Amino acid sequence: MAQIGPKANPAGGDEGGMTYLQSMPRRVVTIYVPLAVFVIVLLFPFYWMTITAIKPNVEMTSYDTSSPFWVVHPTLQNIRYLLFETSYPGWLLNTTIISIAATVLSLIAAVLAAYAIERLRFSGSRQVGLAVFLAYLVPPSILFIPLSVMVFNLGLYDTPFALILTYPTFLVPFCTWLLMGYFRSIPFELEECALIDGASRWQVLTKIVLPLSVPGLISAGIFAFTLSWNEFIYALTFIQSSENKTVPVGVLTELVRSDVYEWGSLMAGALIGSLPVVILYSFFVEHYVSSMTGAVKE
Amino acid sequence: MAVTTAAAPPRPSFLSRIAESRGLLSFGFMLPTVVLLLVFLTYPLGLGVWLGFTDARIGRPGVFIGLENYEYLWDDSVFWLSVFNTVLYTVSASILKFALGLWLALLLNENLPFKSFFRAVVLLPWVVPTVLSAIAFWWIYDSQFSIISWALKQMGLIDHNINFLGDPQNARASVIAANVWRGIPFVAITLLAGLQTIPQSLYEAATLDGAGRWQLFRYVTLPLLTPIIAITMTFSVLFTFTDFQLIYVLTRGGPVNATHLMATLSFQRGISGGQLGEGAAIAVAMIPFLLGAILLSYFGLQRRRWQQGGGD
Repeated sequence: MAQIGPKANPAGGDEGGMTYLQSMPRRVVTIYVPLAVFVIVLLFPFYWMTITAIKPNVEMTSYDTSSPFWVVHPTLQNIRYLLFETSYPGWLLNTTIISIAATVLSLIAAVLAAYAIERLRFSGSRQVGLAVFLAYLVPPSILFIPLSVMVFNLGLYDTPFALILTYPTFLVPFCTWLLMGYFRSIPFELEECALIDGASRWQVLTKIVLPLSVPGLISAGIFAFTLSWNEFIYALTFIQSSENKTVPVGVLTELVRSDVYEWGSLMAGALIGSLPVVILYSFFVEHYVSSMTGAVKE
Repeated sequence: MAVTTAAAPPRPSFLSRIAESRGLLSFGFMLPTVVLLLVFLTYPLGLGVWLGFTDARIGRPGVFIGLENYEYLWDDSVFWLSVFNTVLYTVSASILKFALGLWLALLLNENLPFKSFFRAVVLLPWVVPTVLSAIAFWWIYDSQFSIISWALKQMGLIDHNINFLGDPQNARASVIAANVWRGIPFVAITLLAGLQTIPQSLYEAATLDGAGRWQLFRYVTLPLLTPIIAITMTFSVLFTFTDFQLIYVLTRGGPVNATHLMATLSFQRGISGGQLGEGAAIAVAMIPFLLGAILLSYFGLQRRRWQQGGGD
């Protein structure tokens, strides 16, 4: 019970709240058992992914000789095949470059826009803020056909720029909306002081507002990076050649051949492709949660 | 004399005059976002609507053909099947996500050991790329080597493998299950954030008044959680309705179009089939549904704010 501090339970003053009203066996049945089932079901696909990735092909299909839930002779064969005999490392590199570029581009645009909407308060800023939010609700599924026509006409087809320039369509609205919330929480008096002391608006932004909103920037940044890393439909539509593909598209279109499914290397590809975002996530869980819930709470 | 020269303001340069003018500065700050969104969001949206009225194909700009695409789709049973599938998929997956997500949020809101660990682990399905987790589901749903079939056979519940993705009804249930698996964390974590803002004292007061656990939930938790439920479910419905990745990985719309959603049909006709105009028309046909969902939640929230006495 030690880690339940005031943060986890801001409303209740005393440790444990009203839990003393419930008996232990009752708590086991109503809370711990359902929670355990949830966790097992939510995590099982990852376990299955991992165990399949290190299974030799023989064990993969012979369920009678050994339990499929365990691996008798773990092998790195699937991972070795993936890293040295396919274009997988190239896809990882492409995805990293595209995600970072799209994230940086979106963050710069979003910081400026959020500051203008929230603090410069030009006439019509509220309407612009609402428009940005509505832009977030436009799904990629209805944009990919016209965008593919545009991308082709602009000569960006099959280049990383096709993705770097189109990902901000869903990243900028999200980041702007999130950063608007953060800027709102910074006391206006700080800026007024700086303005009276002769700072320009640009200095106010770079020396006062941005240092104070680092948590918000991290939240927006990792969230934008994750969204770009996971993006699929644009990458599937705008990229043709194998060496320019991103991880999700590459794994699905290049590793799956119609004749035989290489489940081991497929699962290894899915696992390694998930690792960067999972590692990033594990370092910044709090930021991640706050960015996810922040966008909804506003 | 020296004092006056020192005090005289330097002649404002062009740049500093821009920096002083709030209008121009705002314009400069908004420029990148506005240009990006106008060029890559607003314009394509309009272009998509226009393409829906043309017979454009890949590599050939089309000519205006009026409502022909829509007339064709109106008589196309596959299109109507995809509309039905999309609505079925969205409604059933959203209801399941809401019920299970709320349950999970309530569980996580209890005083638990390792609470932050549980919360972090629960969010994992939402963090990893959908396509990659969908590939794991593809293997789990394999017709011959499905681990679920194997486990059920070991328990003696079934005597032959379940054909998860080959049979229309099973395929629908399977993709909905995978979507629910992926969507629960989002619903649970956002609702959990909402639950944590409810003051503990309300529960204590209600308990003193003799409320049971169900009454606590029904008359304290649920009313206070309604606004956040509305927003969370709007997002969830929008993302489910426009889902593409999961279907594309697991079934590509098969068997016999039983799992084709509007988004996957749009991709199949527009990109794979090259009929850009028809694909765009299918995508445009999704817009009324999306607008309906957005307006419903927008006006619902407006009414709520007005009830609570909030200004504008």
